[in-house]
Amino acid sequence: MLPRPTTHSKALGPGVAGPELAVATSAVLDRPPQPTAQRPLSGAQAFSVDPSLVESADGPRQHTQYPYVTGTSVLAVKYAGGVMLACDTLGAYGSTKRYKSLERIIRVNARTAVAAGGEISDFQYITRLLEELATDDYRTDDGIELGPREVFSYLTRVMYNRRGKMDPLWNSLVVGGVEADGTVFLGTVGMIGTHYTDSHVATGFGAHLARPMFRERQSDDMSEADAEALLRDALRVCYYRDKQSINKFQVAKATGEGVAIGKPFALETKWDYKAFAAPTKWAIGAW
Amino acid sequence: MFRNQYDTDVTTWSPQGRLFQVEYAMEAVKQGSCAVGLTSKTHAVLATLKRAQNELSSYQRKIFKIDDHMGIAISGLTADGRVLCRYMRNECLNHRYVYESSMPIGRLVRQVADKHQVCTQRSWKRPYGVGLLVAGHDARGPHLYNTCPSGNYWEYKAMAIGARSQASKTYLEKHFEAFPTATPEEMILHGLRALAASLSEGELTKANCAVALVGEGSSFVVLEEDDVEPYIQMLKEEEGGGGGAEPMAEAAAEGGAAAAEGGAAAAADDGGDGAAPMES
Repeated sequence: MLPRPTTHSKALGPGVAGPELAVATSAVLDRPPQPTAQRPLSGAQAFSVDPSLVESADGPRQHTQYPYVTGTSVLAVKYAGGVMLACDTLGAYGSTKRYKSLERIIRVNARTAVAAGGEISDFQYITRLLEELATDDYRTDDGIELGPREVFSYLTRVMYNRRGKMDPLWNSLVVGGVEADGTVFLGTVGMIGTHYTDSHVATGFGAHLARPMFRERQSDDMSEADAEALLRDALRVCYYRDKQSINKFQVAKATGEGVAIGKPFALETKWDYKAFAAPTKWAIGAW
Repeated sequence: MFRNQYDTDVTTWSPQGRLFQVEYAMEAVKQGSCAVGLTSKTHAVLATLKRAQNELSSYQRKIFKIDDHMGIAISGLTADGRVLCRYMRNECLNHRYVYESSMPIGRLVRQVADKHQVCTQRSWKRPYGVGLLVAGHDARGPHLYNTCPSGNYWEYKAMAIGARSQASKTYLEKHFEAFPTATPEEMILHGLRALAASLSEGELTKANCAVALVGEGSSFVVLEEDDVEPYIQMLKEEEGGGGGAEPMAEAAAEGGAAAAEGGAAAAADDGGDGAAPMES
């Protein structure tokens, strides 16, 4: 049987899985695919590359067609007067917790914050694009700044444009902020340009783990303290269940007063739940 | 015979520090028919006087919509104005596509001015022979800008360009304090009165003038022909009524002096049919 590609193995989540999903499964092929140096049957990364084979099999090699150093889920909610974003500070190299103090939330301008999961180097590139836009606004010196909705739209175009070149930026982005007229904005962009706005968003694994909590507890007029408590609870759940996360988080808020990115902190955790010791004990279908 | 040695090429300075070719281009703006613009706290209005080449031809349009929130009135070489108009439309569309929002007026005007400036510094180019009045409404309210072939641009509360525009300016200077609180309808009437001041002969008709309005919550709209007729009627009634006619009479009187001052321009204006492809 072919190894089933799992989305969270790349710490990215649905809609942002690797091109291995494009490989036909045995249900489609009339014969199972044979292992090659470039595509071991185990599903592992190729460890040796014969350039001529790569050339003939898959066309020229294109770097960053796979993510290398990745960040996991980003969570964000609207609350009264602003948006709050949260994520951990890990840059994972495969399963290795390689960089533990990466800041994955940036301030674009006084009204907009952007957070990212996925390939960190691609996010650094996006950061540079946004910095250039903000610098342009600053040096034009006419008091006009991009609003969060404009940043969101811009990022959507960038992401879709790169997907159109078959060279996507491997990120899920969250854009939050407050418009000049005081309306609160929150949206997310996927690696192929898919985008939507909502009262609460979560990328990657968080879309499954955190959003059910958001649906129950989030409201647009909740207080800042409630929003932070909700995000902390959601981060804790993500940390318990997501292998590629660490207990070091950042929370940022974008309000009418500006963008404030908080210092990293750790959450209280408890691992000695009985269910954690025997996770499948009472689960239906488990043995 | 006197011959200017320093005006054969845009990039050659005169010893007095002037660029004659650029100044000639600015002269072309003065020969186009008059265009007036004014702003209130909520709206911006353009008013233009259109010319017809001869009795059989149509009147040349001078107001162009750039985007829902912006439009221009031109004076000078119409063909140059059309090229700039296409550029501005294109920039607005691109901005809408990328940011899903309307382009800030000042930003676009600066880009247009940069285009003008480049033409004053390249030996193989010619300055644009057109002046633009750009009226629009963005997040920071209504705006009126004036661009110039030299690459300069200014923001105005109210401004007039083109032939005998001094008379219109005089009207605007006299009344601009009333503009901020004026209603759109009053603004249009002010625009038409200012425009009427620039007339040397004849009168405003629905055929020879066009008005445009843009503002908070109302997208750029051009009023021509039957749409502008009611406003012209209102002006006529004012004139007949007596009280309302005074400002116009005064402005016209001052305009007469101004026209004399710019007599050369006016003369070229009347006899210039065969020369450079000016408006109409």
